[in-house]
Amino acid sequence: MAKVMGLTGKVMGLNGNAAVAYAMKQINPDVIAAYPITPQTDCVERFAEYVSEGLVNTQFVTVESEHSAMSACIGAAAAGGRVMTATAANGLALMWEMLYIASSMRLPIVMMVTNRALSGNINIHCDHSDTMGARDAGWIQLFSENAQEAYDNIIQAVKIAEDLEVRLPVMVTQDGFIISHAVEQVKVLDDDLVQEFVGAYKPAYPLLDVTHPVTYGPLDLFDYYFEHKRSQIEAIDNCFPVIRRVGEEFGKISGRKYDLLETYKLEDAEYVVVALGSTCGTAKEAVNLLREKGKKVGLLKIRCFRPFPKEEIIKALVPRRGVAVLDRSVSFGGFGGPVFTEIRSALCDAPARPFIIDFFYGLGGRDIYVEDIEKALLQIEDVVQKGQVDQYIGYLGLRE
Amino acid sequence: MDNPFDLSSDIAWCPGCGNFAILKALKSTLSELNYEPHEVVLVSGIGQAAKIPHYLRVNVFNGLHGRSIPVAFAVKSANPRLVVIAESGDGCMYGEGGNHFVHAIRRNPDITVIVHNNQVYGLTKGQASPTSEEGFVSKVQTLGSLSAPFNPLSIAIAQDASFVARGFAGDIEKLKEILKQAITWPGFALVDVLQPCVTFNRVNTYTWYRERAYYLDVQYDPEDRVKAFEKSLEWGEKIPLGIFYRHRKPTYQEKFYALVSYPHLLYRERAVEEVLDRELQYFQ
Ligand SMILES: Cc1ncc(C[n+]2csc(CCOP(=O)(O)OP(=O)(O)O)c2C)c(N)n1
Ligand code: SF4
Ligand SMILES: [Mg+2]
Repeated sequence: MAKVMGLTGKVMGLNGNAAVAYAMKQINPDVIAAYPITPQTDCVERFAEYVSEGLVNTQFVTVESEHSAMSACIGAAAAGGRVMTATAANGLALMWEMLYIASSMRLPIVMMVTNRALSGNINIHCDHSDTMGARDAGWIQLFSENAQEAYDNIIQAVKIAEDLEVRLPVMVTQDGFIISHAVEQVKVLDDDLVQEFVGAYKPAYPLLDVTHPVTYGPLDLFDYYFEHKRSQIEAIDNCFPVIRRVGEEFGKISGRKYDLLETYKLEDAEYVVVALGSTCGTAKEAVNLLREKGKKVGLLKIRCFRPFPKEEIIKALVPRRGVAVLDRSVSFGGFGGPVFTEIRSALCDAPARPFIIDFFYGLGGRDIYVEDIEKALLQIEDVVQKGQVDQYIGYLGLRE
Repeated sequence: MDNPFDLSSDIAWCPGCGNFAILKALKSTLSELNYEPHEVVLVSGIGQAAKIPHYLRVNVFNGLHGRSIPVAFAVKSANPRLVVIAESGDGCMYGEGGNHFVHAIRRNPDITVIVHNNQVYGLTKGQASPTSEEGFVSKVQTLGSLSAPFNPLSIAIAQDASFVARGFAGDIEKLKEILKQAITWPGFALVDVLQPCVTFNRVNTYTWYRERAYYLDVQYDPEDRVKAFEKSLEWGEKIPLGIFYRHRKPTYQEKFYALVSYPHLLYRERAVEEVLDRELQYFQ
């Protein structure tokens, strides 16, 4: 067993699905309810193996649809269980109404989403249309750049979700096939360390506590619904310190510290690309190549998309001259993709704002190359030099 | 003779899969019924079975997993001159789409529902489906499926479906006969087809079915609902095939006031200019 950075643990060759399944095994939740869908299936199947080998104590519930899967998770979480699930694309879309139930009941369910394009037409490859479609559902959303981050995020998600300041469900994403099916070196922690880190679960208002009966989800009309939504707004906004604290604590046990954002060669950068997920790895390479050519460029990676870390984003982007946002999903009829819209809105009041443009890319699994990202960075440089934006929305890797 | 429904395309099924026989039977049936490809619409969901519309020359609507029946129902309502078939797997029709299956029977639209029943989720690589036997071992159901299997025929007969049959992919000729009757039957027609999945279902193989399957004989009266229900419960040592139940009753199209009294979408007059403009743009 190799020592990692002076800490215990070992290095394994795992794809993203296997890394998450391994983390789930170490977390050992009370209940997992799931329905198969490519490219998530592999994760759930691996977990089922752990169940059959008796390596976990989890009740594995198989169902006939994702709607039922999320419903089962909600029931189990309300009963007082530590609950996890996983899905992708239309599976997540089918869960949609239940996502809102989970978050409004403040149930700390943790779900892995293997990002896949929503139908139609049918496509099994990566884009972020599934997760972005659920961005208003009241879940915390953490994006992963690689299998290591998917593993690390899942473990942190449990601690974040269950924190009494939070008590909200968390979605951890990984790009379908690009991360979920590519084998990488993943540093895994020792089982007891993970157990110690997530701690024993203390449910807040379990249905199974018969001495303290509770009601979940009663009728809530114009008298109090609004106030309850207000408290939900406050709850998710209050998550920032917890997500950061958990990220730091995780750093202490693993040597890998996490924050809401990650910056790459940003300190003196004039032109910045903003991305989520696996594309950040490609973007780092593009930044390196342009730096070699003397360009002052950098990357801002958004790890936590919900809640949206507005303050940190302002701090990171306001000093820049130009920002190229990469959106892997479309908000049809909107002004740019979801990431672009949020960033522009966040920077609106800054006294001096950088120019900001958006690029749609990678829909339905279309590959993104280092050159595409270099092109985006050079284009924003061009905009800045011209002093005006001719075109706010562009496309990378599209046949036109 | 050339079959107008033939289409040369790459087929993404495993060699030996029961789906090939169903495809062949369907193409011959449609051609022997003298339909033209433009008169037929195949609506499918997602799965191995749901790929079938891509492999023959017909109009295709390929939608979402579980959702083929409502689409087929609506297609038929909008254009009753079309031959409308909803075709997909057991997971798609009886699991994720189970709700649609049950309620479409109540409405009795004049559509045919063909289910490739391989008792497994083929496309997602072998998990237990609603029709898998209790104890069916898969990578997810490692200790065997704990659920009792869904019995599509019993449910359809209990709901008084208009036409209920079971075929077997190992017997193309007989399957064709069943399909012919189902497709020409006015009203909701279910054909559950036993379809060996040679890759992921090592229990319900060709041999397993052959050893058990037998056809309902001429004495069997498919008009008797109680008998039909009783037959539908027979599964295990012996598995009956053929037409279990047949009961002519008004179809949705015959009953629904709007569809009876008003012109269908098909017959509504379109402004000549509009049609011409649209057609002409292809020549510009
Ligand atoms: C909403 C949704 N959930 C899950 C899936 C993944 N999925 C695709 S096909 C399938 C099951 C296929 O089984 P079946 O319908 O029996 O068809 P077969 O492949 O066996 O022919 C599943 C679960 C999906 N496409 N959409
Ligand atoms: S996996 Fe099974 S159902 Fe799918 S093509 Fe192969 S044999 Fe047929
Ligand atoms: Mg099937």
